[in-house]
Amino acid sequence: MSENTLIQKKPDTALILLGCPQIPIQTSAALYLSGILNKKDVNVTIGGTKAARSLVQIADVDGVYTGGAGRMQDLDAVIESMADGTFDTDVSFVFVHNEAGVAYTATIQAISSGTVIAVVFGGETEARMNELTEIGCPAVTAKGSHNPLPLKRKIDGVISWDA
Amino acid sequence: MGCIEKLNYEVIDKHVSFKEAAAYIDKNCAEVYEVKPGFKIFDKGMIGIPPVRIGLDGDVVTFPFTKPCYGTFLLRVSDAVEADIIRKKAKKIR
Repeated sequence: MSENTLIQKKPDTALILLGCPQIPIQTSAALYLSGILNKKDVNVTIGGTKAARSLVQIADVDGVYTGGAGRMQDLDAVIESMADGTFDTDVSFVFVHNEAGVAYTATIQAISSGTVIAVVFGGETEARMNELTEIGCPAVTAKGSHNPLPLKRKIDGVISWDA
Repeated sequence: MGCIEKLNYEVIDKHVSFKEAAAYIDKNCAEVYEVKPGFKIFDKGMIGIPPVRIGLDGDVVTFPFTKPCYGTFLLRVSDAVEADIIRKKAKKIR
């Protein structure tokens, strides 16, 4: 399946699940993806560890991307509410740069009824893509840690759907 | 990581894959259970690549535990209440 057909129809809701924030482009890519989804009238929830959420939230002074009730969620709370069926989204973007990110992707695949897409970046993208292929998860990928443009282009490619 | 980090746990191994964790549990634990990711253990939803295994030896629970920045650990915790919950709720495969 090509990147631009991963999302078949317009989602009403989306989850952006952040990984460990040690790779700089994660925060930029998350804010960008959230902004683009907001412009397309998709209700976005961002989940992550306290550090990952703080990096996003502090950069978003006016709460443009992170404001509103329920739009920023603790990582564990997202997993638990999806697992118990009280929360779900039409599409989930799971940010992946290490093995733990692949495990979180597999978890979201198991507990969400929506489409799951891994957003892969960092210095070990080949290994991560192989692991994601093993679990059958579609992904967009751009190798690198500091320049967000290649990943932005990949994100642009996946944010399209039939009207 | 909430409750689990406050437990008196033993780290059996670190930076393990879920296949390695499952193989260890299959080989070393008296009872083996399989759960779906999100299964609550010590009040926390489990992270994992299916099949996720939990091992029991009496009251001792052996399970994989993933931290976003540090990978997956194989932990062992003695807890009779949690072991009972796993016996009641998880699928026993051995």
